[in-house]
Amino acid sequence: MAKAAKKTQDASGKSPATNDGEFVLHSLQEAHEKNLKYDASEEELLTFYEQMLLIRRFEEKAGQLYGLGLIGGFCHLYIGQEAVAIGLQSALDNDRDSVITGYRDHGHMLAYGIDPNVIMAELTGRQAGISKGKGGSMHMFSTEHKFYGGHGIVGAQVSLGGGLALAHKYNEDGGLCLAYFGDGAANQGQVYETFNMASLWNLPIVFVVENNQYAMGTSTARSSAETEFHRRGTAFRIPGMDVNGMDVLEVRSAAEIAFKHVREGGGPVLIECNTYRYRGHSMSDPAKYRSREEVQGMRDNRDPIEGLKKVLLENGKTEEDLKAIDKAIRARVAESADFAETSPEPDASELYTDVLVEEY
Amino acid sequence: MAIELKMPALSPTMEEGTLAKWLKNVGDTIEAGDIIAEIETDKATMEFEAIDDGVITKILVAEGTENVAVGTVIAELEGEGDDASPSETSAAPAADVAPAPAPSPAPSKPVAKPQADPSIPEGTSFSPVSVREALRDGMAEEMRRDERVFVMGEEVAEYQGAYKVTQGLLDEFGPKRVIDTPITEYGFAGIGSGAAMGGLRPIVEFMTFNFAMQAIDHIINSAAKTNYMSGGQMRCPIVFRGPNGAASRVGAQHSQNYGPWYASVPGLIVIAPYDSADAKGLLKAAIRSEDPVVFLENELVYGRSFDVPDMEDYVLPIGKGRIMREGSDVTIVSYSIGVGLALEAADTLAEEGIDAEVIDLRTLRPLDREAILTSLAKTNRLVIAEEGWPTCSIASEVMAICMEDGFDHLDAPVLRVCDEDVPLPYAANLEKLALIDAPRIVTAVKKVCYKD
Repeated sequence: MAKAAKKTQDASGKSPATNDGEFVLHSLQEAHEKNLKYDASEEELLTFYEQMLLIRRFEEKAGQLYGLGLIGGFCHLYIGQEAVAIGLQSALDNDRDSVITGYRDHGHMLAYGIDPNVIMAELTGRQAGISKGKGGSMHMFSTEHKFYGGHGIVGAQVSLGGGLALAHKYNEDGGLCLAYFGDGAANQGQVYETFNMASLWNLPIVFVVENNQYAMGTSTARSSAETEFHRRGTAFRIPGMDVNGMDVLEVRSAAEIAFKHVREGGGPVLIECNTYRYRGHSMSDPAKYRSREEVQGMRDNRDPIEGLKKVLLENGKTEEDLKAIDKAIRARVAESADFAETSPEPDASELYTDVLVEEY
Repeated sequence: MAIELKMPALSPTMEEGTLAKWLKNVGDTIEAGDIIAEIETDKATMEFEAIDDGVITKILVAEGTENVAVGTVIAELEGEGDDASPSETSAAPAADVAPAPAPSPAPSKPVAKPQADPSIPEGTSFSPVSVREALRDGMAEEMRRDERVFVMGEEVAEYQGAYKVTQGLLDEFGPKRVIDTPITEYGFAGIGSGAAMGGLRPIVEFMTFNFAMQAIDHIINSAAKTNYMSGGQMRCPIVFRGPNGAASRVGAQHSQNYGPWYASVPGLIVIAPYDSADAKGLLKAAIRSEDPVVFLENELVYGRSFDVPDMEDYVLPIGKGRIMREGSDVTIVSYSIGVGLALEAADTLAEEGIDAEVIDLRTLRPLDREAILTSLAKTNRLVIAEEGWPTCSIASEVMAICMEDGFDHLDAPVLRVCDEDVPLPYAANLEKLALIDAPRIVTAVKKVCYKD
């Protein structure tokens, strides 16, 4: 499976100069800069808006339910980062491609159009939840949609994603794996172990760093010697892309370029989406590591939903049109909250089910 | 319609808090995202953000109030129009929701019912095969049978296996299905687990299980827990295999038995065979299993030859122990390399008139309790021999089983014969002192038979 050796030693033990003719580290970024924003149809614009708004309202409601004690444990909200999941996942071929992410996973599931009811019911730990209430916020999966979780160990999803990509290649199904991780996970060793093998074996995978600037409460500047995460594939000959993760059209444009590269057999791509989470790392975040002004500044000036709203208004939509969309989404989210509150908890017999698949 | 603002839970453990400060007053218009109040929890002072737009109409809990229970209505808000109200009316009755966990009856734990070994037809011939070859044959047969099965690990392909277990597989199956990895255990254990989640049947070889400690997160957190966490949606049918336990003169970091570590984890199958037939039949079963399997081999046994039935498809049941030698006076329970020592001890004991039964557990999880208890009921005395540390071991687990469910059958305390409780030393004499051997098993057996 290995690529042709790039560098060989001659008998003297000296390495000849590496031939970098086909090395495309920057070419994808150049292509992206030439075509910064995806040229979306009116219908697509509206869909992106609705999907991002659904994530926002869903997460706000989840925060509320947490406050009411209906959701327990850890609950990591995606508010502020909506453009990343929608921009990327809208470009997938859902019949072939797979997605895997970490614990901040509600948005990625909603981006698939997975029923908000079963996601919310998982958050409240009910039988009707997508994991029968046994996974919780961080451990949700939908193999039907080729969404492979929802993983609670920081960085683990990156090598698991490498395995999904290996399966795509092994089965020759033409699919690719989209593996998300954060700026915090970007410092885990296994990420680079995976970069190495993914590049060595030319696996169809797009690594996405959702750089929301803080690993829990530690800013990238305080944790990372290289904060330009898109450069971190260089040592493994993985081309990087530096993308504005607060603009769904820019993310989508980057996705088109990256996915094409991977599908044409170019091997892995590393996309850094620069984004921001408005809420705390989880619900018990004291918010002492950044200023209120910083958060408000992002909300006021770079909000992905407000940004797309402007585009929609310029394209002839009215405030009333958008209000109606918001109203419908609020109602949909309220319905999911109702469902999640009123569904029964798992039956006690579920305690012992699903530990193993087979009986021995 | 009024929106009730309730004292929020701001951490997983918070039950009440202090309403330290109101940042908004009655009559103020607020927008989603505005900070309305500061709340002190057991951990920190947190900001309470508005989720809805509206005008504050009532403040019901004064600032400075301590011990405000989570869920208490602290203020009311008049929403703009009725836009937001549908969601609020539905959420509002949730005040006292925190669902009092209904005292549901404790479910009964499923009981394992292991199947018997397949019967070997009369007239079947047997051939001597080394454990190393038996393992290779098992893998090769399963790779021929199922295109999804592949092997990955360090030196499994071109080098033909660090211990030659994968010898010849590259030639037959090619580099797509016999994959050399870099030295990167955490990474390739994760890639293997992900490939299993994605529908393949990986066999991940660790050069030795000592190196799997770099990868244990994926074995436990990714492979073992996913089926449960996903409510049965996402399986991880993978085999992690390689030599385990002490080899010879390689020192502490390369000499450890991980059987008890993995056997303590629900969601894993753990197999540790002794002879060639079991190695082959159980490895084939492991590869076919829908569950993640840790398959523990032993370097010192790889080269030993045992008879293997000449059968086309010899697959053994997982979770079933095996009586290696029948006896009536005492039971010696063991697994992996310890089985050979137990058999050696039984021969010595026979010369002294003690008839020992030897049981090979073969699978460490699920453990064949029935095999242990049935033999104990027959002999009333039991010793367990384990090449591994004594503390929190398979030996201590077997002793617990005897205490819990076999107490009435015991005529003597159960004894364990394990390695010494030290990191394995390098010096030849010290290494010998640290590891179990047949004489120590003989001594323990005599003790439980009150013949010393």
